Amino acid sequence: MADKDVDAHSGVETTGHAWDGIKELNNPLPRWWLIVFYISVVWSIAYWVLMPAWPGISGYTKGLRNHSERENVAEQITALEAARADDTRRLLEAPSMQAIENDPGLHQFAMAAGASLFGDNCATCHGAGGQGFKGYPNLNDDAWLWGGGLDDIRRTIAYGRRSDHPETTNTVMLAYGRDGILSRDQISDLTHYVLDLSRQEHDDAAAERAAPLFAQQCAACHGAAGTGDRTQGAPNLTDVIWLYGGDRASIYETLWNGRAGVMPAWEGRLSDEAILALSVYVHSLGGGE
Amino acid sequence: MSVNELTGDVERHDVEAVNAPAKRTLYKAREPIHPKRVKGAFRRLKWQVMVATLGVYYLLPWVRWTRGPGEPDQAILVDFAGSRFYFFMIEIWPDELYYVTGLLILASLGLFLATALFGRVWCGYTCPQTVWTDLFVAVERMVEGDRNKRIKLANAPWTADKIRKKVTKHVIWLFIGMATGGAWILYFHDAPTIAREFFLGQAPFTAYFYCALLTLTTYIFAGSMREQVCTYMCPWPRIQASLTDADTLQVTYKYDRGEPRGPHKKGDSWEGRGDCVSCRACVVSCPMGIDIREGPQLECINCALCIDACDSIMDKVGRPRGLIGYDTDANIARRLKGEKLRVNFMRPRTVVYGSMLVLVASIMLFALTTRATVNLNVIRDRTPPYVTLSDGSVRNAYTVKIVNRANAERTFRLDIDGPDGLVVSASGEAFDGARRLVTAGGDAVRSVRLFVTLPASAIAGASSPISVSVTDTVTGEQAVNPTVFLAEGR
Repeated sequence: MADKDVDAHSGVETTGHAWDGIKELNNPLPRWWLIVFYISVVWSIAYWVLMPAWPGISGYTKGLRNHSERENVAEQITALEAARADDTRRLLEAPSMQAIENDPGLHQFAMAAGASLFGDNCATCHGAGGQGFKGYPNLNDDAWLWGGGLDDIRRTIAYGRRSDHPETTNTVMLAYGRDGILSRDQISDLTHYVLDLSRQEHDDAAAERAAPLFAQQCAACHGAAGTGDRTQGAPNLTDVIWLYGGDRASIYETLWNGRAGVMPAWEGRLSDEAILALSVYVHSLGGGE
Repeated sequence: MSVNELTGDVERHDVEAVNAPAKRTLYKAREPIHPKRVKGAFRRLKWQVMVATLGVYYLLPWVRWTRGPGEPDQAILVDFAGSRFYFFMIEIWPDELYYVTGLLILASLGLFLATALFGRVWCGYTCPQTVWTDLFVAVERMVEGDRNKRIKLANAPWTADKIRKKVTKHVIWLFIGMATGGAWILYFHDAPTIAREFFLGQAPFTAYFYCALLTLTTYIFAGSMREQVCTYMCPWPRIQASLTDADTLQVTYKYDRGEPRGPHKKGDSWEGRGDCVSCRACVVSCPMGIDIREGPQLECINCALCIDACDSIMDKVGRPRGLIGYDTDANIARRLKGEKLRVNFMRPRTVVYGSMLVLVASIMLFALTTRATVNLNVIRDRTPPYVTLSDGSVRNAYTVKIVNRANAERTFRLDIDGPDGLVVSASGEAFDGARRLVTAGGDAVRSVRLFVTLPASAIAGASSPISVSVTDTVTGEQAVNPTVFLAEGR
């Protein structure tokens, strides 16, 4: 090492590189840094041996520990299901839906499961709080097309409405205008009749003209007084709740085009205990009967 | 190194302070410091403080405090699983963390006041770094002997004896470290339970982790890093300069009395010279490796060991004690001018720190003594904000959380004050007319989902104020939470 270049001022060997006369000192790396670096090297080699590390053509090196996050998750899910098995069994074995609500522990379990299931499966249409949108019923209020009892709700969830489930219901409201069943004037008169039923501003003469028409065309489903029929999913026309809007234009549109809202059947997609939990949850939103 | 020559009757040390200002270059390897043993009043005080502080630290978690059934009986417990902090008669919930903030403010104000009055007393006597380092040095002295023997051993070749001494010392150090880490975890679990589980291998991973971590930090900080923690890692040495002033009592070398210094032979006259005999007893006793005679410096933790070292020398040479002692810069100036000495404790900064301390302590005391044992949180449903029912009435839903901070189960009457015609119901509660009774378990939060319905005729506007209150049916303690009832604007 005869050509060792030592900086006269600091007494430190230089790297031999010079820029504009400035030379770089060859100070050693900090010892702590060097130690950490060597530890990292040893660590990484140990890691390659023990853990999945290197990608290959058709896979990757598995490592001696055969670690797999995917399997860990599967294990955790199995463990979670095992931990919940007791509550799930009690939910399924409950003699009635009411019995679930009456058992505080079971009710709490159903509510917790229901809240999460609702967010995953129902909130897309019915809203995060079940508040609904036009055409998608609000689940908090007391107006139920098909009934708001625990079993009614469970049936609606399990079979859906106008779905592909064999147990589902397929009643529809006819498109009186589009299909040419009634004339424009008749539909206009009927609109005033429905406005009258719900105590809204209307043309008395038009409503009077439509009375026989209502009895003939609408009463079969909506009832002679327009209070609806839950066996057919026909809404009450005398209250203030309107799934598709209760103003004159909306009612006219409903009469002209008909209505047939759909909900998918969840039996088969969700487990029986999930449907039970969801029913209890929806029932507890505030409108349950 | 330590060539001791006898000049007269005083042992003189031919050494230079390891961390003297002249030697403080930016890059240099640490020179080990071998503080020499001293005897005296401050050394005794430091032993007492060490016994007190370490005793409190190691034994406090074992103190029991009866709180009632279902409650932990540990006087001080940070219960993460149950999210509670227990401190004797006080039980703090996570939402009351401001009490801890208050405690921290008190601690810092206390530190400010103590520093303004007596300099770095925290650093010198009670800081864990100082206390454990002191203990580790004591162990080192017990195993390897005092300063000169230690230096000799450090320079000696590796013999069986040296290995035996070093191993003994490190084993004891590690044992102290483990006791430190072990005591730490006792504050977070029931002490007798976790102690048993710890040795049976049943304790949670965190217990072993934190025990190992604190074993390691104690061993490294007090064993090998020592004064470097204070000088390089701790911000306090930098902050203290702004907290002290000319009237702060600090460990001081009274240069006005000591200079000019020089060796003194027994029988020589003391005329025309200072009292410092350049024996460097203060230097060799210093655990920070500095020379106090160079004036106040960042490295000095005011541990007062140099006072004892110097006093014993002054006794031997027959001069008054206190050449190094607690003194103020102002008094040095007064002595130089021949004025009367005094210590001024009532200064603007001490008055401000003191009154702030009293103020914060009073606020804390008031808050703690008048602390409510029931709180009420009312969370109004936002989706949907209101529900129109088929008869045109409007319903709002609220989640009412009754926080019962008392340990016993209590029954509360739930009242809703609002427009006439309010109808109240709740999910899963059988309310009997106006008697709406809710039972909340001890030390627990009771949640009630409340439905409030207002008939269409009673709705005044888009938002009407209502208030929810709960009243303890026995004591009458009340908590009120105002909220609003929303309806469609009309």
